[in-house]
Amino acid sequence: MKIIILGCGRVGTYLAQSLDKDGHHVTVIDRNTDQFAKLGADFGGQMVVGTGIDEDVLKKAGIEKADAFVAVTNGDNTNAMAAQIAQHVFKVPHVVARMYDPVREETYHLLGLNTVCSTVMGADKIREMVGA
Amino acid sequence: MYIIIVGGGKVGYYLTKHLLSAGNEVVVIEKNPKKVDLIMNDLGGVAILGDGSDAGPMAEAGMNRADIVVAATGDDEDNLIVCQMAKKKFGVKRTIARINNPKNEHIFSVLGIDSTVSYVDALVAQIEREIPAHSLIHLLTLRDVGASFIEKQVPQDSPIIGISMNDLSLPEQFLIALVIREGQAIIPKGTTKLLGGDEVVAVTAVDQENVLDRLFRGELIRRR
Repeated sequence: MKIIILGCGRVGTYLAQSLDKDGHHVTVIDRNTDQFAKLGADFGGQMVVGTGIDEDVLKKAGIEKADAFVAVTNGDNTNAMAAQIAQHVFKVPHVVARMYDPVREETYHLLGLNTVCSTVMGADKIREMVGA
Repeated sequence: MYIIIVGGGKVGYYLTKHLLSAGNEVVVIEKNPKKVDLIMNDLGGVAILGDGSDAGPMAEAGMNRADIVVAATGDDEDNLIVCQMAKKKFGVKRTIARINNPKNEHIFSVLGIDSTVSYVDALVAQIEREIPAHSLIHLLTLRDVGASFIEKQVPQDSPIIGISMNDLSLPEQFLIALVIREGQAIIPKGTTKLLGGDEVVAVTAVDQENVLDRLFRGELIRRR
């Protein structure tokens, strides 16, 4: 699969490395070039510098031919906007946006966006582990 | 009217001031405490400290009874999310978004935010109007209905000079609405003839803006 990952933070890096290792064609976008160092020397994918809400940057990352787009920057609003551009402007088949804010996540889920709320997932897991 | 403004920077501040003096009820949501203090000191208790794309401060501001929400921050992604949250979560009928990067106007439109204000576009239009070049000027675009008001000067060497309107073969969806000659507005009739240097204002379908160029090149003169 050709997969674009927006945001080279902890989640973005981990996701990019594991997908690359499994043989997927991965492109990572981040505003800050320094972040790409985290991907390590073994990373075989592509890196594009720029903001993920810019159509030209997304095109440079090959969004027109992408099978999946994942927005995992540390900004909920950036993720929501970038994912909507991927879904509605470029018609990418699989789009996922990570959000920290549960309320915003719920709203965008209702709007038809595939969303993951790491806050709720983490909290639910912790509840399960403490048996409460 | 009850108007909520998200973003209390320079744009939000002066917008609030203006709307308050016009007798509206206004609340500003701003995340920088210094800016909130400034607004509270200068304009009264009309500011709420918080993230205006966050449901908490939105509810606190009474978003569900707002007539209009204006997203006026310097970040387009925040402005988009403010408008979408206001519409989808709080049922606000009218939202207006400030657009900082002109490229985003198209994206906002695709994503259902139809009412946008782009400073850069407004500035460019103003500059175009001030430059006495022969370029096409966009006076107004009615995107919802796909129409544009455009303006262009008739070149001094145009074959169209001296030809009357009756002798033109203009396409459907195109109208010469106004001719500006030496500072005077002329509503053209069938007998009106264009002269070099005339400013021609046309109403046209958005995809037919090149018709003025063809007209000035003499391609639309009716053959006899």
